[in-house]
Amino acid sequence: MAEGAVTSPGWAFLARRRGGIRADWTDWLTYGYLVLGVVVMLAPVLWVVLSSFKSEGNLLEFPPTVLPEAATTARVVGYDRPLPLYAVTSASGVARTLAQVRRVGIEAQMVDPAHPEAGVFAVQIDSARALKHFHIGTENYSKLLASAGGTIWSSIYNTVFITVVATAITLLMNSMAAFALSKYRFRGSGVALLAILATLMVPATVVLVPIYLIVSELRLVNNLWGVILPVISTPTGVFLLRQYMLTIPDELLEAARMDHASEWRIFWRIVLPLATPALAVVAIFSIMSRWNDFLLPLVILNKPEVYTLQLALAGYSDENGIQYGMLLAMTTLTALPLALGFLFLQRYIMTGIASTGIK
Amino acid sequence: MRSLMASLTIEGLSKTFGVVDVIRDASLEIPDGEFVVFVGPSGCGKSTLLRLIAGLEDATSGDIRIDGQSVVRTPAAHRGVAMVFQSYALYPHMTVRENLAFGLENMRMKKAEVAARVDHAAKMLRIDPYLDRKPRQLSGGQRQRVAIGRAITRNPRIFLFDEPLSNLDAELRVLMRVEISKLHDRLKNTMVYVTHDQVEAMTMADRIVVLRAGVIEQVGPPLELYNSPRNKFVAGFIGSPRMNFIPGRIVRAGASDFEIDCDGLGSLTLPRDGRAIQEGQFVTLGVRPEHLELAPEGTQGWPLEVDVIEQHGSSTYLHCSAPAGEVLLHIPGQGRQREGEVVRVHPAPGKWHLFGADERRIAEAA
Repeated sequence: MAEGAVTSPGWAFLARRRGGIRADWTDWLTYGYLVLGVVVMLAPVLWVVLSSFKSEGNLLEFPPTVLPEAATTARVVGYDRPLPLYAVTSASGVARTLAQVRRVGIEAQMVDPAHPEAGVFAVQIDSARALKHFHIGTENYSKLLASAGGTIWSSIYNTVFITVVATAITLLMNSMAAFALSKYRFRGSGVALLAILATLMVPATVVLVPIYLIVSELRLVNNLWGVILPVISTPTGVFLLRQYMLTIPDELLEAARMDHASEWRIFWRIVLPLATPALAVVAIFSIMSRWNDFLLPLVILNKPEVYTLQLALAGYSDENGIQYGMLLAMTTLTALPLALGFLFLQRYIMTGIASTGIK
Repeated sequence: MRSLMASLTIEGLSKTFGVVDVIRDASLEIPDGEFVVFVGPSGCGKSTLLRLIAGLEDATSGDIRIDGQSVVRTPAAHRGVAMVFQSYALYPHMTVRENLAFGLENMRMKKAEVAARVDHAAKMLRIDPYLDRKPRQLSGGQRQRVAIGRAITRNPRIFLFDEPLSNLDAELRVLMRVEISKLHDRLKNTMVYVTHDQVEAMTMADRIVVLRAGVIEQVGPPLELYNSPRNKFVAGFIGSPRMNFIPGRIVRAGASDFEIDCDGLGSLTLPRDGRAIQEGQFVTLGVRPEHLELAPEGTQGWPLEVDVIEQHGSSTYLHCSAPAGEVLLHIPGQGRQREGEVVRVHPAPGKWHLFGADERRIAEAA
């Protein structure tokens, strides 16, 4: 405890050991397992982010490069375009850097960038190695934004609208249900809770068609509300909030009642502020599922102007095969807000755990 | 500040939770400005009775009237009562100021009026330096004062206290006891105070209500309960340390005196004073530790063997064993008895009580 107070709390937390000062073998095991977990989880994400900065050629290269790279080029007098540079080893063992003019079969026509007047000569392709350098290519992103034109912005707007509005309504609905289920004694409250939890056992795909039928009856097909409304209250959210609200002492509510507070005001001024940690957790769940949701928008939204980001993302794999560059850039862009949101809300979860655990 | 006053009447009040009768047919009259303490062992229903008055529980039957008006169907907020909870129940996410103002804001009071009332209460309770702190930054005593302040700002007709001092340490409890008494002298409101601590009850109350298993056993001023408890339960509960109970049997009931044979301690002749007793009746003799005296040589008394001696300097406690159980003596000064010694004791004249087999006190006829 004293040790942790002297060093920075973050490091003290990361360098915690089971018991004493010396590392136990269980510590090694624990850390090994955790590091493995980090690698397994983080590697694909890093791969996607790095790859999104690769050019189309770089992406299709085999073996793949870890970092984004681009061919080194040079301007040579007498040629309009910059020419790619190659390290060429001649049969006599002399290494030179040459610029490739064009390639025919297994032979390439190259020119010495230092002496272009010497003219073009033929080089066997297997004796030449392309020169490359680390290069962050933003063309995937610029192409994405340019080629998508207005639709990318409308997709972003649609997704943000659905995520924000649906999360706000979800929090409200779930917390009101949780408040009733945790703080009021009424006939059938146990049955109500069980019924809510029982819906967890119904797979989402099973209710997809009924949901579509209802939404279409309500004339909400191709309307963002058609995606927002069907799954506005979540059993996990209700249960999580209810369990948390059970820990709020009833005496606080009674004190508020004696303080002339209406039930509505008790909910807003006492229960909701005290349930912030649980609300943050539910908010993260909701934001993540809404942002990444694919199936429901796919069924309900079928005009490009109402597409969400996930639908637009899927759109990059039809026309001319899969456009990996744009797909990767889009994936990175769609994942970014989620990561930021999680970083922001995470401290509420931590305080939530801390305040409920230690008291 | 103008203090509203109100009388409180409870009539035939009952409360059942499922099959459990928590309060059974309770009737009580509390006049304006009285400080009444509900006391009893845990589970006796004293807190439930308080919550019924507050409106936090619905009565099963009976009536509660404030100033003659039935409030039994009125919601808690509109009864004009304020309650201080055992856990203080301060809103943890609000500052002290917001805690004090919350009730007033709910009443849609003007901002200036709210500020004035909060300031007034804070000054009265000396919590004004902490107004911008959160409850968790306060000590137990300060939290307690904030909880009381929250009740004061509302300017209620009746104050209800639910074991407000039970979370404080012994020293602070004595201080707060005095402060609450002073507050009552100053505000002169009707106050109902619940505690399981009979010392709090004795020192603070104008009148004490002793409850057992949902039944009001006796109501009266502290000394009345101490001097003439209605039954064995009240006698045992009021007074510290507890009254000694010695079972026995009336062997002779004369016109002016009677003889009681105490189990294993021999017989004792006591004045009858018109008590309704018969020969052969089983009774219990109750004597408080402070009312047992050492018998001078040659007079009648019970022989008791001293087990443990507690010296308090100003007085001495002798824990003695008798065949029917332990008997405690509280004698003034520094006793010179030894452990293992046999002392002869008898009850001080007029300071003993006789209880029948039904636990009721057999009172002397006037």
